[in-house]
Amino acid sequence: MSDPASARDTRDRVRSRTRSAVDVCQVALARLEAVEPRLHAFNTVIADQALARAEAIDREPDRWRNAPLAGVPVAVKDNICTCGVRTTASSKILETFVPPYSATAITRLEAAGAVIIGKTNCDEFAMGSSNENSAFGPTRNPWAVDRTPGGSSGGSAAAVAARVAPIALGSDTGGSIRQPAALCGIVGLKPTYGRVSRYGLMAFGSSLDQIGPLTTTVGDAAILLAVLAGRDPADSTSAVDAVPDYSAALTGDVRGTTIGVPRRLLEQGVDPDVARAVNGALDVLGSRGATIADIELPHASYAIPVYYLVATAEASSNLARYDGVRYGLRKSAETLGAMYSMTREAGFGPEVKRRIMLGTYVLSAGYYDAYYLKAQQVRTLILRDYEKAFERVDVIAMPTSPTPAFKLGERASDPLQMYLADVFTVSANLAGLPAISVPCGFTPGGLPIGLQLTGRRFDEAMLFRVADAHERDTAWWSAQPPDFPAHA
Amino acid sequence: MLASAMPSEITRERIAAIAALASLELDPAEVELFARQLGDVLAYADEVRKVDTTGVPPTAAVGTESRLERDDEILPCLDVRDVLANAPDVLPAAGLFRVPRVLG
Repeated sequence: MSDPASARDTRDRVRSRTRSAVDVCQVALARLEAVEPRLHAFNTVIADQALARAEAIDREPDRWRNAPLAGVPVAVKDNICTCGVRTTASSKILETFVPPYSATAITRLEAAGAVIIGKTNCDEFAMGSSNENSAFGPTRNPWAVDRTPGGSSGGSAAAVAARVAPIALGSDTGGSIRQPAALCGIVGLKPTYGRVSRYGLMAFGSSLDQIGPLTTTVGDAAILLAVLAGRDPADSTSAVDAVPDYSAALTGDVRGTTIGVPRRLLEQGVDPDVARAVNGALDVLGSRGATIADIELPHASYAIPVYYLVATAEASSNLARYDGVRYGLRKSAETLGAMYSMTREAGFGPEVKRRIMLGTYVLSAGYYDAYYLKAQQVRTLILRDYEKAFERVDVIAMPTSPTPAFKLGERASDPLQMYLADVFTVSANLAGLPAISVPCGFTPGGLPIGLQLTGRRFDEAMLFRVADAHERDTAWWSAQPPDFPAHA
Repeated sequence: MLASAMPSEITRERIAAIAALASLELDPAEVELFARQLGDVLAYADEVRKVDTTGVPPTAAVGTESRLERDDEILPCLDVRDVLANAPDVLPAAGLFRVPRVLG
């Protein structure tokens, strides 16, 4: 009972009525039930709602004849609001929260014919790189269940890697789509800042957050982004720029394309297996006609500290809303102030508190200029480095993560060590650029490795073009976790 | 730049003051832990303070300059009953959230 088909294949069969949406949904739910005890990828499963929705799609074939995701099962990260379906951000403070509205990404998915099957586990409020910060226990990596799936969108990545659903939504503030995609051997895209509406995404770092796709193929990521992208009056930062036909970019032709590699940045701290796999991917693209060029990103080494100053400052402000008044947990107290602080103390986990503390610290009087303002200035320098590089190259390539999946518990007691896992991903968020992670190999021990490609603002089409060309000449994307075999 | 911004000197008193600003009722063990961990992270972040940023403007967000305005139209909004449904303590008839006494 399993379903390795892509979203494209599934929707084509549903649209041509060679397969019912109900059958697709039943297979996905059975698969979910079979793997979930070992993975813990989901916080909430909505089997009855999903089946009812699939039946409705089967009843109205004309309505869904051209729907880009007709009958396709989707797993949704649990920090994206779904009307009437519990949405917790994997936090005790929102354990019982049922949103009265849906995120724009969700209404767009539904309009495209998708069938949401459940809400996926993640680091609490998307703060983490391992899923170990979930208040409900970590998700496990399908390739090695004693290891992290990455984070914070680890549940979405594990669900797709284990072929529960062909596609999932994640959110990415500093790598939270791309890093779990890399560690789970799938495709993950962080769109350009503003490309996808953030309305209904629980805010973490508002100048950094983006919703994006996790898929098994580049083609499915292109289909899903086309569904999600576009102006939304409910998000003033959503871009008015036209949404191109992303699937048209999948030509396999990368002749005339220049791929920049920041060699100096990669000299230290990259696992040798990761370096070998990324070089292999560059060879593949080179043999398809792309030019590989060395570039410099002189300020990239400051990206981690800049990110953790900016993101925690924004988080400390955004998470002020969780105060026990309008939703979620409340701890009773005599005074309003005591009620706030006791509720927050009981409701937030250690990493969330740590980041609120750090963010409050860097914004506090006497420290604002030294840390927050300074970080924003260095953010400008990081942005300029990329602008300069993109005068010469079309895409920048590097590993998504410096290491393959690490063991659960291995870094949990050292926050700084955990933050360093984001060294190659945070720059794209700081610079507002699109970046994709695609599978590019395995360690000798069988752990997936991801290649990250970063592009110019709003040039996701170029990322898809290059990533798809790589996919055509490799088979990494089709590999499935041996302990979770899925044969049609 | 302030001499007092040396992160290695984050005291328990400073952590308690930050916790009060953040509305967090930390227990003594957390105060101890965060004093150490914030010190570690900020010591690492001190690298950033060495960068020459003379004349460099700050970036708060990328590419949002032209997107901020829209027509001021009245549109449907959430039903008050739906909004109150998640709250721990409400006065439904009045459409209000209820909290502990603020004024004496």
